Amino acid sequence: MKAYRAFFRIRFTAGLQYRAAAVAGIMTQFAWGFLSILLFSAFYKANPAAFPMEFSQLASYIWLQQALLAIFMPWYLDNEIFALIQSGSLAYELVRPLDVYNFWFVKNLALRLSRAVLRSFPILFVAALLPAPYGLTAPSGINAFLLFLGSAVLSFMLVVSFCMLVYIATIYTMSPLGIRVAALAATELLTGSIIPLPFFPDKVLAIVRLTPFAAMQDLPFRIYSGHVAGSEVWPALALQAFWLVLLFLLGRAWLAKGLRKVAIQGG
Amino acid sequence: MRLYGKYMLILLKCQMQYKTSFILTAIGQFLSSFSAFLGIYFMMTRFNAVNGFTLEEVMLCFAAVLMAFSLAECFFRGFDTFSTIISNGEFDRILVRPRNEIFQVLASKMEFTRIGRLFQAVLVFCYAIPASGIHWTFDKIATLILMIVGGIGVFCGLFIIYAALCFFTTEGLEVMNILTDGGREFGKYPLSVYGKGILKFFTYAVPHALFQYYPLLYLTDRSDSKLYMLLPLLALGFLIPCLIIWKIGVRHYRSTGS
Repeated sequence: MKAYRAFFRIRFTAGLQYRAAAVAGIMTQFAWGFLSILLFSAFYKANPAAFPMEFSQLASYIWLQQALLAIFMPWYLDNEIFALIQSGSLAYELVRPLDVYNFWFVKNLALRLSRAVLRSFPILFVAALLPAPYGLTAPSGINAFLLFLGSAVLSFMLVVSFCMLVYIATIYTMSPLGIRVAALAATELLTGSIIPLPFFPDKVLAIVRLTPFAAMQDLPFRIYSGHVAGSEVWPALALQAFWLVLLFLLGRAWLAKGLRKVAIQGG
Repeated sequence: MRLYGKYMLILLKCQMQYKTSFILTAIGQFLSSFSAFLGIYFMMTRFNAVNGFTLEEVMLCFAAVLMAFSLAECFFRGFDTFSTIISNGEFDRILVRPRNEIFQVLASKMEFTRIGRLFQAVLVFCYAIPASGIHWTFDKIATLILMIVGGIGVFCGLFIIYAALCFFTTEGLEVMNILTDGGREFGKYPLSVYGKGILKFFTYAVPHALFQYYPLLYLTDRSDSKLYMLLPLLALGFLIPCLIIWKIGVRHYRSTGS
């Protein structure tokens, strides 16, 4: 456990070094969030009755999404891991007295967290200052906030366990391209990064809600603003935890199988 | 021009060496723009109209911008990865060759996998052109073509600026993505949707609206001013300041060595 903690610290501080990139990222994300909210406000004006949530709830959703991009976006993958699978350095990972799955898992957590720490606070701060209903509003209650935190942690780990499956698949296929393409295309729409999930047609939404993708960011954001509240929260959290455990166990088993007959590339 | 053709052939052959990778990337491009399309479709079926524009009209807008962007990305991609050309010293080699440096950067890279996006744009056109209820006279067809040509010009100009800034910073500036990728993402809808301020910005500061919003007004009979039809040509004028910035950048260039 100590080794993982030390490694987490190293990756985390290394990630904090890229400050100029963070400033650029903040500006991009801010502009992105701003334009998205203007777009939704045009739709709101067109037909307020068709809006599936309060406008302020949507604004919070968008700002949280932009601020926490590095934490919840499945496409944010660690190229180092792909490189070491392809180059054969995977052998070194196996020599270490550490569990490869846990090791990569921690590495990804640290990488994402260090990026998010630099970027999220300025965005959240400015978003909170914007006039209602366009800004980030306070969570709908202390209870909602705690549930949001819990659900966000689950989402974070769920996203990383999903990324682990992408890395592990690469051990089998050797080229990350195909897997990445498939993973990206599926997740972008289904996690709600193109439009928030509540805007999906009801029939489609009923199915999407059951997939692990709906638990990757949509759920915590909606808990935050109180769009899901009361008795609806617990079953959703249970489903989220179920997917996390399943993806985690699946990843571990698949990796163990892959490593048993791994072919190390030369070089 | 013949030389460009040769470059193109070589790059095409080169990318065809990795067929699976090529096909998968192209499919990925298609799927990602397909999910963007689904996003629009879900929104428009829920709300029926935005800012007075119907689904079919938004689709025309989406497809025109997507097509312009994917063509620009396919042929002017060299500028997009220009920071590597600077940082690995490749630009020194370009400067000593007896050819125009813009031409060489252009020809250094082409991304044919963008055919995936292009295909999506064509599909949307196939549906939206007949379904939009527009009476397709010669003017209207010309307007649509001008929109795409103007769009290619503007995106190309932005890529050039992006590259020219590398002369000063060595690194690429991520902020420019707001205007390039952002221009594609938010250009899915007519730019008036974002309010007057943003529309003005995209008219006078960066001319996205000149090839997108104004000609669309003419196309959908919201305006019968011939001027709106010809505005995409004015958007091409955006290339002039871009090239000036590029020239200043080249003069400013100091090799990074290695």
